[in-house]
Amino acid sequence: MFAIKHKTKFYILSITLTFIALVALFVYGLNPGIDFTGGSVLEISFQNEKPSQEQIEFAISELNIGNSVVRSSGESGYLIKMPTIDDATKKTLENLISQNGQIQFKEEKFITVGPVLGEELTSKSFVSVGLVLLAITLYVAYVFRIVSKPVSSWKYGFATIIALIHDVILTIGFFAIAGRFFGVEVDTFFVIAILVVLGYSVNDSIVVLDRVREKLKETKEEQRVSQFKEIVGFSLRETIARSLNTTITTLLSLVALYIWGGEATKIFALALIVGITAGAYSSIFVAPQLLVTFFERGKKNLNK
Amino acid sequence: MKSRIVSIIFIILIALAGYFALGTTKPFSYGLDLSGGTRLTYSTDTSQISEMEIKGAMNVLKQTIEKRINIFGVSEPIITIENQDRLAVELPGVTDVEAAIKSIGATPLLEFRLEKKDTQTKMAVLNLEENKTLEQIKTEIYNAYEASGLTGGQLERASVVFGQQMAASISPVISLNFNEEGSKLLAEITKNNIGKQMAIFLDGNILSAPVIQSEIISGEGQITGDFTPEEARDLVQNLNFGALPLPINLVETNTVGPSLGQETLNSGTKALVIAFGLIFIFMVSFYRLYGFVAAISLAGYVLLTLFVFKYLPVTLTASGIAGFILSLGMAVDANVLIFERIKEEKKSGKKGAEAITDGFNRAWPAIRDGNFTSIIAAIILFWMSDAAVVKGFALVFGLGVIISMVTAVSLTKNILLSFTKQVKENNK
Repeated sequence: MFAIKHKTKFYILSITLTFIALVALFVYGLNPGIDFTGGSVLEISFQNEKPSQEQIEFAISELNIGNSVVRSSGESGYLIKMPTIDDATKKTLENLISQNGQIQFKEEKFITVGPVLGEELTSKSFVSVGLVLLAITLYVAYVFRIVSKPVSSWKYGFATIIALIHDVILTIGFFAIAGRFFGVEVDTFFVIAILVVLGYSVNDSIVVLDRVREKLKETKEEQRVSQFKEIVGFSLRETIARSLNTTITTLLSLVALYIWGGEATKIFALALIVGITAGAYSSIFVAPQLLVTFFERGKKNLNK
Repeated sequence: MKSRIVSIIFIILIALAGYFALGTTKPFSYGLDLSGGTRLTYSTDTSQISEMEIKGAMNVLKQTIEKRINIFGVSEPIITIENQDRLAVELPGVTDVEAAIKSIGATPLLEFRLEKKDTQTKMAVLNLEENKTLEQIKTEIYNAYEASGLTGGQLERASVVFGQQMAASISPVISLNFNEEGSKLLAEITKNNIGKQMAIFLDGNILSAPVIQSEIISGEGQITGDFTPEEARDLVQNLNFGALPLPINLVETNTVGPSLGQETLNSGTKALVIAFGLIFIFMVSFYRLYGFVAAISLAGYVLLTLFVFKYLPVTLTASGIAGFILSLGMAVDANVLIFERIKEEKKSGKKGAEAITDGFNRAWPAIRDGNFTSIIAAIILFWMSDAAVVKGFALVFGLGVIISMVTAVSLTKNILLSFTKQVKENNK
């Protein structure tokens, strides 16, 4: 199986990607939406011709409220993200934009999030991700509880968890880069997506490794050590079609959601597309290879 | 034979579910982000009361706010206590946030303030100074008087009396009955300040400033002002509902206009249909007849889930629809696992029904385990979060995973077996 034979190459690729993701995360950081930071978002649409973005930006600068971002939303509207404003300020802003009622527009959406809720979401996000990771680790330990030589059971679990962490780091890194260069923000949906990636991606790895264990049981004991690499390769070949196809069906849904599902869930769909793709990659090119490496390490130690 | 009967029962049930989900006029229940409306989240200050009292105080707060909203005339407001000390108020169809916030948050603050030494001189020069905003003038008048300690909080009851005092006046008079504490205080103040003005302020605006003629021991008083009958009625209602039991602070507002909501719903529906179409094409081109059966089961899954959404009912939000679309892709995962396994069983020499049954049985643990981890994620999401976005997703996603296990495994299996047996019988 080529993926096992060239495992060093895939290690280099995975480590490089992970490294880039981590550097992006530490250098750029994520671009937090108002869910996390607190602030106000106003979305408006104009009945007739919409004014230029500069006009809107000018109206906001009159308010002296600090950093604001104006983005086109749809053909006839704008989305304005700004620090928290109260009703009086909002009224002033609306007056400025409409030039005292000369230009008609409709308020489509107005959201204000207080900083307390933002902080709470941040801490809850970390706790949730931690809890899911813990639950999945326990679950993986349970799945691989029965020891089968020549690789001890915890190593299966370890390979699975490393693959999973790899998926999450790549997803977060992707958003750090997208945030820096395309202004993509992370919101509550992003956190949901990370949790779903954790719950979903673990399975492909489990399927492959479980097949390895099953094959080992069928192999004569004296051949297990000498044929270990082949057994892993064979298991991978047997499971690769279903790993790919399950991923493809899920990606089809997500692509439909991303393209046609509207603005509200775009970030969610994107995070899942990246995370689930990373998950499929790691179940084929990371987890089985790790198992082989663990095995080879163990063999060396025995020989010493 | 058995599998054919099971298939037929299944299909009848799904057809019924489909009819009740889509064929009836009963509407789905949509969240504010799809139907349009306003959601206000208030935090409360519970530092002044003991931990034991929080729950009770929150319930009283909820009831008080419910009453205020009913006055405001919102259909089906939903008020929930979140995170023990937060209150979420959902107002479907309301997009005038300001009016909503006012009707909820405004406890009319009625204050009785006393004349100070320099009050008269200050009031006299007030009008002479120009270039002042109304707000500034309001504050200066307010500060020209000092607090007496008597407020609307010490009221027993307020009521409207129409111009009985002065026959010429048609503007209503508000009659006040103070409680025991208030009556005592009123008696004391009036006794010590005869000849002075006692100004009555409502939310910082001066209403009137009558001169105290004599000691008032009855605990009764009156407010006159420039009220319309409606204003007087509202004021009395608000005064009677009294202060909120806890100070509240608006921490989040979320308003979605009806057209944006409709747009979100439309694009969600469109994405759902397209996702279904893409999966259908993929499954049929990859697994042929089996794939077709899987797609039929998937259609069954969609109808059953919509039925559950409508009748449980589940409030659908943008995040819920996203979760539903995601679950479509995951639902057929089970079929992929099964079909790949059946291929393997056939390779090992098994035929027809045997290969199918063994394929299903062998694939089952992987399907169960795979869905198990997704359910864990859904449960943790639902349990950890108060946010409607998260709860909406977690509920739909979790339900979807559970329902899909039934359709993708049981339904597909029975349909496939009913076909296979027929082939076998024909061969005999």
